[in-house]
Amino acid sequence: MKIHEYQAKELLREFGVITPRGIPCFSVEEAVKAAGELGGSVWVVKAQIHAGGRGKGGGVKVAKSVDEVRKFSSAILGMQLKTHQTGPEGQKVRRLLIEEGADIDKELYVGIVVDRATQKVCVMASSEGGMDIEEVAANTPERIHKVFVDPGAGLTDEEAASLSKDIGVPESSRSKCVAMLQSLYRAFVATDASLAEINPLILTADGNVVALDAKMNFDENALFRHPEIVALRDLDEEDPVEVEASKHDLSYISLDGNIGCLVNGAGLAMATMDTIKLFGGEPANFLDVGGGATTEKVTEAFKLMLRNPDLKAILVNIFGGIMRCDVIAAGVVEAAKQVKLGVPLVVRMKGTNEDIGRQILADSGLPIISADNMGDAAQRVVAATKGKS
Amino acid sequence: MSILIDKNTRVITQGITGKTGQFHTRACREYANGAQCFVAGVNPKKAGQDFEGIPIFGSVREAKQATGANVSVIYVPPAGAAAAIWEAAEAELDLAICITEGIPVRDMIEVRDKMRKCNSKTILLGPNCPGVITPDELKIGIMPGHIHRKGTIGVVSRSGTLTYEAVAQLTELGLGQSTAVGIGGDPVNGLKHLDVLKMFNEDPGTDAVVMIGEIGGTDEETAALWAKENMTKPVVGFIAGVTAPAGKRMGHAGAIISGGKGTAAEKLEVMEACGIRVTRDPSQMGKLLKSVLK
Repeated sequence: MKIHEYQAKELLREFGVITPRGIPCFSVEEAVKAAGELGGSVWVVKAQIHAGGRGKGGGVKVAKSVDEVRKFSSAILGMQLKTHQTGPEGQKVRRLLIEEGADIDKELYVGIVVDRATQKVCVMASSEGGMDIEEVAANTPERIHKVFVDPGAGLTDEEAASLSKDIGVPESSRSKCVAMLQSLYRAFVATDASLAEINPLILTADGNVVALDAKMNFDENALFRHPEIVALRDLDEEDPVEVEASKHDLSYISLDGNIGCLVNGAGLAMATMDTIKLFGGEPANFLDVGGGATTEKVTEAFKLMLRNPDLKAILVNIFGGIMRCDVIAAGVVEAAKQVKLGVPLVVRMKGTNEDIGRQILADSGLPIISADNMGDAAQRVVAATKGKS
Repeated sequence: MSILIDKNTRVITQGITGKTGQFHTRACREYANGAQCFVAGVNPKKAGQDFEGIPIFGSVREAKQATGANVSVIYVPPAGAAAAIWEAAEAELDLAICITEGIPVRDMIEVRDKMRKCNSKTILLGPNCPGVITPDELKIGIMPGHIHRKGTIGVVSRSGTLTYEAVAQLTELGLGQSTAVGIGGDPVNGLKHLDVLKMFNEDPGTDAVVMIGEIGGTDEETAALWAKENMTKPVVGFIAGVTAPAGKRMGHAGAIISGGKGTAAEKLEVMEACGIRVTRDPSQMGKLLKSVLK
């Protein structure tokens, strides 16, 4: 789960991370008022959307007067902000963060993730702040320093000091940087984060270490013990179809193609998408109905896929193990009738009671195309889309 | 022959009083030697009771002492699953198979760390996995037993239904399986592709291996690089997620391309370079394996 920058900063402050003072705003009037409350003569107007790369997309502006705060806030609020992470349609800006200006001496980077290979939390830091860290990793990997943290000990003073030195924090600010790194690590662990990233982390002219930006993602599996983080969820930032799917315990992800896929199991669902692509089609979605698919769940799954105006055909691929093919077939027939299916439907079922399942489909009177295996099913569904268009 | 489990394995079900644990324990007992192999269940609040004749103990240690069990299967809900793994490790079982899906990553980091620090002898399989089956001997987990057939092909995979898909294709071609292992789709887990490949390499009952992976992490690459130098048996592979976009979690907690790492294309390239034959069409996994058998 993702949260906004201002929410991440509020959360990190509780753990002792120093950030600029700022106020979240939902209107231009609030932004102007916030600038007054913060005082000073320089403010930063920052679009709050979940995607990164906001600066390059024109979503972050430095204002040198209250008039400029008003001007930039009106321009940014409501805009479709396009960044490399939003896709071509962009994301509508509904919230702003108005912050006091900072006196930047040096820009650094710090990020925390889980490292699968060592099964430890990895703290990464770099002297190359403010840049795309993936580019730094690709071009100058020696400028990224890593510590794999012992879960029992936490990020030690020595490790944090060594990282601070490696990224060029001067002696005079090092203890502040150590405190900041340890606070960030504690926040990461305590909140069950999956990512914590400060880019840039800045050294100010007066020697302070300040988180100028903040990005945090959280482990969905741990949200049950973090109601305070669930409360920060902003549904406006999420794909409405994916939100609806999660209510029905379906795992759905929208993609760019026109062939809907309904599959049981995440691995088989990915493999089904791949097979469609292999035979010249484009999947419209990833959809895993899980192990215990009922008629209701299958019907909801069909409704979700049919929300897509580009949808040209649907492929159902089920491996019936514990789940029986006859039950799924009955569910598919019921769902197709309920939603008055108007696009070609290809069904491939394999496993327990597959013959009974096929018979149910054949007897339904619906124009369902039956397929023997995944390759066959993919070719048939691709052909069906070409026939229609 | 087989790896990890056979008809002599004795199994404890952790979470035997829950709906899932009961459903699958029943199905596993009905498969091959299951009735002899499933000897105990654990629930501290229901010690002394039984589930359809399987005695329930207050702890894994007590269950082991009373029955001589050496393996446990865990269906405990996510919030308590890591603690259940640790209990199996503390009781020094040979193998703990964790089926539970949705365990917080932090819990897994902590339990894996504790297991490493005490040099635990317990092998962990999973979590978020279908389990393991040695056809005609023993099934421990949630896979459909009837699609399997005894034979000499090893199967190792991160995903459930995709494993069944491969097994069914093999069985249709008359190729039975020595053991089929589901290692699970979580980022922090126990056995990796590499560990299972090593076991199959040493198992005289295994002639060839199907290795199925998916996007995320670099486990498949690590296994492929090892296989290039050490594997004496043919390996064929498939990687799911060629079409998966970066940064989107594809169902499994571990199936995500992040920081440009863990793409299917990258994995397939490394596997091919290491002499593993791969297919882009998952309906051809069985046929591909057949083609490399001598």
